[in-house]
Amino acid sequence: MIDTPGKGAVISGLGISQIGRRTGISHLDNTLAASREAIADAGLTPADIDGITTMGDTPIAEAAQALGIEPSYRGGGISSGGLISPVMSAALAVCEGRARHVLIYRTIQMMGGDMISNAGHAPAAPEDSGFVDLAKSMGGIDEVIAANSFSAVNWLAMHCRRHMHLYGTTKEQLGWLAINSRRNAGLNPKAVYRDPMTMADYLAARMVSTPLGLFDCDVPVDGSIAVVVSAPEYAADCPKPAVRVEAVGTSPGDGGWFRRPDYPKMASADAGAELWRRTDLKPTDLDIAELYDGFTYLTLVWLEALGVCGAGEAGPFIEGAKRIALDGELPLNTYGGQLSAGRMHGYWVLHEACVQLRGEAGERQVAGSPEVAAVAVGGGPIAGCLLLTR
Amino acid sequence: MTQPAIQPATERMLPTLTDLNRPYWTGGADGQLHVQYCDACSNWMLPPVATCPGCGGVPQFRPVSGRGTVFTYTTNHQPFHPKIPPPNLIAVVTLAEQDDLRVMTNLINCAEDDISVGDDVVVRFENHGEVYYPVFEPAEAGK
Ligand SMILES: [Zn+2]
Repeated sequence: MIDTPGKGAVISGLGISQIGRRTGISHLDNTLAASREAIADAGLTPADIDGITTMGDTPIAEAAQALGIEPSYRGGGISSGGLISPVMSAALAVCEGRARHVLIYRTIQMMGGDMISNAGHAPAAPEDSGFVDLAKSMGGIDEVIAANSFSAVNWLAMHCRRHMHLYGTTKEQLGWLAINSRRNAGLNPKAVYRDPMTMADYLAARMVSTPLGLFDCDVPVDGSIAVVVSAPEYAADCPKPAVRVEAVGTSPGDGGWFRRPDYPKMASADAGAELWRRTDLKPTDLDIAELYDGFTYLTLVWLEALGVCGAGEAGPFIEGAKRIALDGELPLNTYGGQLSAGRMHGYWVLHEACVQLRGEAGERQVAGSPEVAAVAVGGGPIAGCLLLTR
Repeated sequence: MTQPAIQPATERMLPTLTDLNRPYWTGGADGQLHVQYCDACSNWMLPPVATCPGCGGVPQFRPVSGRGTVFTYTTNHQPFHPKIPPPNLIAVVTLAEQDDLRVMTNLINCAEDDISVGDDVVVRFENHGEVYYPVFEPAEAGK
């Protein structure tokens, strides 16, 4: 086993704002709603919070002032975990004594994620996912844009095509991920799309970038999710069942969007491998998996990256959506995923894993008191994952 | 039903030319694609770098054959850019010189139904001012 940064940190508080499409609610109001809920849920008051970090629309200074918090820690420590780097950094900070209780919020205002709409030239594409803010800062992106390839949906569609070519993965197999998510969303009052979806519905959706269609893409929303990460010793005082960080996995993102030697593997392969090197637990110990689905295909990739399935085996694993159902061998994206619940950029998977480990998921609670959860976020050269235990 | 063949693009968001990347993006003026090669390492490399990651030497641009194979592809149907109407056929092509030498590009004079992973393609150039942008078409189309 290698070093285990953040191991033992406690996720003590959870908060989630109203989630919806074009709610008209300001980002600050959503941030405050989620943050206040998370702080109270942790059995704390704003005065107890000595750190804040984020990856979101509301600046830390604005949130801190409105909440009445004077954070000494404002993030930093781990940057290679993609969208959930702030959570990893907070876990490291509380384990090293640089903070005791860190508030992390992720606030989203509906947006398309493609390069062009960000530049203000065209309407946002509702199907797009939001890697590009990060992608813009990466080397090599000019070659991608020069190919009139403006969106993560294009870049990931090519990974998907290659996976299909190598392993015989099918469009219908991806469809089972969308159907599974919609089924779970029906049991989640906060989910945006809750009406049942059939395979015929899925296959009839318009193509966005072959082989990915509209229902392979997540749904943009407004909202905020917040968590409080506390020092390991707070587990004893935590009013809710303490969820622990067991291990984190990250990636340097080498190879960019199309030059990894092991393409169509992605940064998630590095992150998954690192995660398991940092724990005695094994993929077979997972009770639930909450795996990023900015696009259906990314969830399939994470199943292989985390070793739940071997390379090329995730398609058959998800087919029929029996193994991944709430009563299956590995319940997957139990809240409805970004595909049906809403695009909270990797923070709803984290929130839901904690809710399930606490046994607070109501109608969609996985039976048998799940104890080990995988949370995984990202695609292409951006990836981070967490192993959580109760 | 036969899909209409995709034509060369009239608009592109091209990279800013630098001393480092200029030979790659403008070299097609002579009808050939130019890629960096390190003699010491016997290694082709993309994108352009100042020093060879293998030996620290300075790699030199050389023309390549312009032949390659389709590594993967997608047809984009979403109108992301007002001047670039879909569909456009985006691909990663592996150049014939080396099995890890990949370019992201567009395929022209074909449609998705006409191509498969592994198909042979050849380079063509779209001229945009100083830049000669490399696109590819099915090898049999040039015969
Ligand atoms: Zn060299």
